[in-house]
Amino acid sequence: MRALLIIPTVFILVTLVFVLMRSTGDPITAKLGGQLPADQLAERIHAAGYDRPIIVQYLEYLGQIATGNFGTTLTDNRPVTEILVTYGAATLELAFYALIVAFVVGIPFGLIAAYFRDKGQDASLRVFAILCYATPVFFSGLLLKLVFSVWLGWLPVSGRASVGAQLQMELLPNKTGLYTIDAIMTGNPAVLGDVLAHAVLPAIALGLLTAGVFLRLVRTNVIGTLSTDYVDAARSRGVSEYRLVRKHAYRPALIPIITVIGLQIALLLGGAVLTETTFEWKGLGFMLSEYLQARDFVAVQGIVALLAVIVALTNFIVDIIAALIDPRVRY
Amino acid sequence: MSTVVNIERLGVSFATDAGAVKAVDDVSLKVERGEVLAIVGESGSGKTVTAKTILGLLPETATTNGAVILSNKAGTSESDVISLSKKQLRAVRGTDVAMVFQEPSSALNPVYTVGWQIIEGLRAHTSISTKDARAKAIEILGRVGIPDPEHRVDHYPHQFSGGQKQRIVIAMALVLDPGLIVADEPTTALDVTVQAEILDLLRRCRDEFGMGIVLITHNMGVVADLADRVAVMYQGKVVEEADAKTLFASPKADYTKALLAAVPYVGTGTASAIERAAKRPADWLEQAPVVEASGLEIVYPGRFGKPGFQAVGGVDFVIRPGEVLGLVGESGSGKTTIGRAIAGLTKVTGGSLRVLGHEMNGVREREFRPLRSRIGFVFQDPASSFNPLLTIAECVAEPLVIHGRASNPAAARKRVDELLEAVQLPKAYGDRYPHELSGGQRQRASLARSLALEPELLIADEPTSALDVSVQARVLELFAELQREFGFASLFISHDLAVVDILADRIAVLYRGSLVEEGTGAEVLGAPKDPYTQRLLASLPVPDPVAQAERREELRRLREAV
Repeated sequence: MRALLIIPTVFILVTLVFVLMRSTGDPITAKLGGQLPADQLAERIHAAGYDRPIIVQYLEYLGQIATGNFGTTLTDNRPVTEILVTYGAATLELAFYALIVAFVVGIPFGLIAAYFRDKGQDASLRVFAILCYATPVFFSGLLLKLVFSVWLGWLPVSGRASVGAQLQMELLPNKTGLYTIDAIMTGNPAVLGDVLAHAVLPAIALGLLTAGVFLRLVRTNVIGTLSTDYVDAARSRGVSEYRLVRKHAYRPALIPIITVIGLQIALLLGGAVLTETTFEWKGLGFMLSEYLQARDFVAVQGIVALLAVIVALTNFIVDIIAALIDPRVRY
Repeated sequence: MSTVVNIERLGVSFATDAGAVKAVDDVSLKVERGEVLAIVGESGSGKTVTAKTILGLLPETATTNGAVILSNKAGTSESDVISLSKKQLRAVRGTDVAMVFQEPSSALNPVYTVGWQIIEGLRAHTSISTKDARAKAIEILGRVGIPDPEHRVDHYPHQFSGGQKQRIVIAMALVLDPGLIVADEPTTALDVTVQAEILDLLRRCRDEFGMGIVLITHNMGVVADLADRVAVMYQGKVVEEADAKTLFASPKADYTKALLAAVPYVGTGTASAIERAAKRPADWLEQAPVVEASGLEIVYPGRFGKPGFQAVGGVDFVIRPGEVLGLVGESGSGKTTIGRAIAGLTKVTGGSLRVLGHEMNGVREREFRPLRSRIGFVFQDPASSFNPLLTIAECVAEPLVIHGRASNPAAARKRVDELLEAVQLPKAYGDRYPHELSGGQRQRASLARSLALEPELLIADEPTSALDVSVQARVLELFAELQREFGFASLFISHDLAVVDILADRIAVLYRGSLVEEGTGAEVLGAPKDPYTQRLLASLPVPDPVAQAERREELRRLREAV
């Protein structure tokens, strides 16, 4: 039942992106306005069909999207679909690693903060959380680069892989675009190590941003469930304090947490744009800023629409996970 | 007989911002094996704190002195709970003493199966295998009367009814066979018919398992039904302790006497109802009714194509001018829904409901708004029905301002003072905020607010169920007085037959959305015809151990007849 709700959500998002992009004018004027004489510009606009009524263009656009055709970029004449697939994989990989960092840091520290509520440990973790989500990604990213790449020289400065590793992966017959999987397929541990080393700093920079939010979220919700009757009831049966936090308070607290995580993923993707530019991680965010600078609105429209769809899908998946945890809403 | 717990000179105080507050002061009590000790008292008397001390469950802000000597069931070991380390406490909890909570729905973790939770308790204390623990969980569920335990062991708490949940909580307490069970208001959240079953189960715990039980309650009927000995607590002290029969027959402390006198008895209101009926004008029956329902149906819509839930199905009743109709039923019977429908808060989906001459089926908010000033509503929980940011005077003045009787709260102050006086609150209380008043005072203010516009109809939804007995008695008295004075008609909703009996001219009994019986108090309570009413009446424990024992027998006969 709820799956059907995705369709109108995606539809509204795509429409919104289309209307917002077009309200500033047609893509060709945006790209070439001021560079070409007015008559040539009009000719190009006519050739591309941008002078037809907006509603006709909109319906045509919808038809194209429905068949998976997002158009061709204006600047480098590549199909937008290809860009989405290639760079989408890179962004997905980054978001995945960042989410791991967010979970590994945010959840245990949140539990610890809840357990030591209002004590020293809690206070310092809360300060840490504020630092995490208040520091802009480009600043923490530069700081991490400075310390670990420039001063210590432990990790690469930028990019998704070094040139040699990239070449090996390019030669694979059926590459996925997900470097981690590709690296495993080369069977060369050095390549995998190289790919992972490149992912560490961007994943930390982006993951910490979300980890701070997770920490606060887990702390508040676990404190809430720790004061419920069923925790007291379990305590009265002789269940240990560790188990009370780990089992009785944590799992019911997860239900609201999971829901907020869905919303966080949207923010994570927004953060990915900054992270990708900071680390020259060639993903959707990196390309989005490139195409924005080049005023290539066809590409931008495609990328934004895809991000919107991903966010809608994530929220749907999150609803399902929340339902799996909460036996009361299982269906 | 061996002593399972011996509380000696216990004192508990809590550190608060305003300094230390003494909750329990010099309390000494003893419980033997196979004995039920009831600790009774009103809220704030220290009874729950005393009970929690036995399990060492007090918060960190509490400081305790004295001793709580707990023995294991066999009587082979003894320990003072107050001086135990955290680890030792954990070992004692569940094995030597277990607890049954007031609200079974919140005492069970909603995201784990009941079997998981029983097994967890077992495995916290013994090195039993998961398979054996599961078998034991199934066995104990069967023993507390959960049907089909092999299958139900894997169910989640929300899949059980309230009474079954309390059985499961008791099963968890029983599973390690402790010598003592502390039951904190174990039946307060349950319906009377279910309450009787849970009390039977606790009696079996005492008789079959040989346990000592500390029963914390404010309900004298429950005490009379189950307790062997009674300790009455007041402001942190034990004011009287005696065996149950002696206490009820000849209470010594003044407080105990007052407490017993405040308990509503079924049958007390019949005389005053007859008196009121005699005074009515001759043409009263011909007057237009204030509320008239015929074939009233209320269905709550279901989600996304799922069928709706029928809360009320085909109910007929009338409320005439100046008459109090008592509506009795258990939780989920639809009584609150009917009250809300009359006040225009819930949509009527079928049949007819005429309120003050207006049809409510298909009514629009705009047409209904002028009527609202003629209807008052008193809510169940006085704590949450006041805006915490407004003073009492502002709250009471609100209906006057909304309906244009006064331009602002200050202009309404004179009327507000009159109203506060009518509900016996000092005028100065108008300047206080809701949290500065006690529960009973707040409910008086709530009455004042609902009477501000001199309504022709007052809907009172369980107005006293959140209050202590002695406070309840005073509020009920006040309600009766105000009703005489203002002469409004009223729908008085309650789950408590005895409370309804005090006030109502006629009583209607609701069961699963339909009206099973209606009549005067004398008819419904004196000679109930419907088997459900009979069961309901027989389930209500009376504050007299001897009479209650007879009633218990009668209830058993009624249940077997079903």
